[in-house]
Amino acid sequence: MPNLKDIKNRIASIKNTGKITRAMKMVSASKLKRAQLTMTQTRPYVRGIDAMTTSILRGVERESHPLLLKREVNAVEVLVISSDKGLCGAYNTNILKAAASFIEESKKKGLNIGVNTIGKKAKDYFSRRGMSPRYSWTGFSRDVIYGEIEEIGSKIIEDYINGVFDEFYLFYNEFKSVMVQEPSQARVLPMSTDLGSDEGKEAGNDFIYEPSKDTILNRLLPKSVITQIFSAVTEARTSEEAARMVAMENATKNSSEMIDKLTLEYNKARQASITAELMDIVGGAAAIG
Amino acid sequence: MEKVLKLNIVTPYGQVMEDEVDEVISPGTEGEFGVLPGHVPFVTTLNVGTLTYKKDGRIGRVFINSGYAEVDYNRVLILSDSAEKSEDIDLERVEAAKKRAESRLNEVRELKDAGGSIDFVRARAALTRSVIRIKTTENKR
Repeated sequence: MPNLKDIKNRIASIKNTGKITRAMKMVSASKLKRAQLTMTQTRPYVRGIDAMTTSILRGVERESHPLLLKREVNAVEVLVISSDKGLCGAYNTNILKAAASFIEESKKKGLNIGVNTIGKKAKDYFSRRGMSPRYSWTGFSRDVIYGEIEEIGSKIIEDYINGVFDEFYLFYNEFKSVMVQEPSQARVLPMSTDLGSDEGKEAGNDFIYEPSKDTILNRLLPKSVITQIFSAVTEARTSEEAARMVAMENATKNSSEMIDKLTLEYNKARQASITAELMDIVGGAAAIG
Repeated sequence: MEKVLKLNIVTPYGQVMEDEVDEVISPGTEGEFGVLPGHVPFVTTLNVGTLTYKKDGRIGRVFINSGYAEVDYNRVLILSDSAEKSEDIDLERVEAAKKRAESRLNEVRELKDAGGSIDFVRARAALTRSVIRIKTTENKR
């Protein structure tokens, strides 16, 4: 039977851990609110860019812009969005697993794979496996800034146009709800936008484009790609805080359960020691009397 | 046909304004353009500049940091990297930003082939933005 002091120490240490996880849960809850707000505020813009792109692309030939053109696939590039910090349950594990199995499969097909990462966890994970990321960005565990994503996106677009790779995939945790985040895979390049049917072609011609359709296309398509990445990052951020909040809530619950169990054990041990002492006294008294 | 325009300005950080107005004048890359209700469908790119709108005889101004405009009869949709209503612009901060950009520009100018360097282009763009922000607030009527 463990002695009383040991149990007492354990209870004290678990209480402390519980305090920390409870505080972290509260911090995550407020960060989650902020991230969720950013995500919802982003939506009208994302939808707007999407709608504009779709309407401009009506009747456009795939050959007319490198971002639309499907090439023979020899090299594939992935961007994995993870978190900088841990203690967020299966958040990173899930997305890294999804990306790793995709990479494995592509390798089997004999494709060249390039890895890019956002967040420290993904960078460490791939570096450990001997696939050092081509580009890696960290420091996104806070507000997502459009300008920073623009830099990331521009680099990727530039490399794509220069033929460094033929397809570009995005891996991030999709935010379904506070309880559910799903690893998600999206092909960003070449752009998969539906070019519309003949019917759409005529509707698309109604617009006047100034300076010209091509000029607008040249500016809008990269923008659309960047916006897609931006929206994925804001979503991943929200998922991260949600995952952390849930993980910390579970940890807090576990710690109070453990404290209950240990308190019971402590009381039992105390009772046993009192009984033993009483037996001693009674035994002693009997010996004297 | 209705005689109002629905003006909607959206940035990655949220909707800056949504209102029914009588007229919009916007900074296009090909020069300023005006939109009245019933305008023909029209898409264009935008420069950094000031968007002006009229509503009930009053004039409102919004700073626009490039982007796109889609006009569809009675609807004007502006998708911009960032936008601020003139009354939301913090002049003190903009003045500080302008000073920063100016000193940065002077620093970069000393270097070789300044005209083409990224730093130069960035600093100049930052300066343009702050100057136009200030202009946006100055023209309050």
